[in-house]
Amino acid sequence: MLTIKVLGSGCANCKRVEQIARKVVEEMAVEAEIVKVTDYNDIMAYNILSTPGLVINEKVVSAGRIPTPAEVTTFVVNALEKE
Amino acid sequence: MTTEENCVCSCSCDDAATPVLVFPCAGGSNVGQISNAAAIELDRAGKARIYCLAGVAAHIDGMVASAQGARAIAIDGCNVACARKALEHANVKVEQAIVITDLGIAKNHEFSWNQNEIKQTLAALSL
Repeated sequence: MLTIKVLGSGCANCKRVEQIARKVVEEMAVEAEIVKVTDYNDIMAYNILSTPGLVINEKVVSAGRIPTPAEVTTFVVNALEKE
Repeated sequence: MTTEENCVCSCSCDDAATPVLVFPCAGGSNVGQISNAAAIELDRAGKARIYCLAGVAAHIDGMVASAQGARAIAIDGCNVACARKALEHANVKVEQAIVITDLGIAKNHEFSWNQNEIKQTLAALSL
């Protein structure tokens, strides 16, 4: 099972990333847990410059922007290949 | 207070412009150090944020992803172009890249430079 983390305090862009991630895993029928990380120190532990951030199985795959659904799909595929 | 107002991160909650990150090679020569000095000036002027090339080159995933989400500028001291190549190796799209020796400043190992050389470097960038 994938663990997908959305890094951000809950702003509109962070919510959009979460929506995209949920939609992608649903469409791919991938078993994944989606976790929202909102604590500033927890976010900064991922060494990102800005949010929203997206982390899959503890690897930061996107930061400071909203990835497209196609990109997130690629991120998920890559993560599944490494499992 | 709305969620957006609670935002403590540096995210683009209001769809602010994509951040501009500057990556100096900071190499072991006068021109490498000029690249660093020029990048610091850009940061202090608020025109770009200096960011850690070493972290990207080391493929620290959070730093790579951050650089990929920004407009990247590479300032290289010489045409070995370590900064630009390190960014490209990490799949960071480089929006602007300059080489200081191409500006007529000779590379040496004396580690002395002047403000004019920094100004010349800054003038070569489009910001």
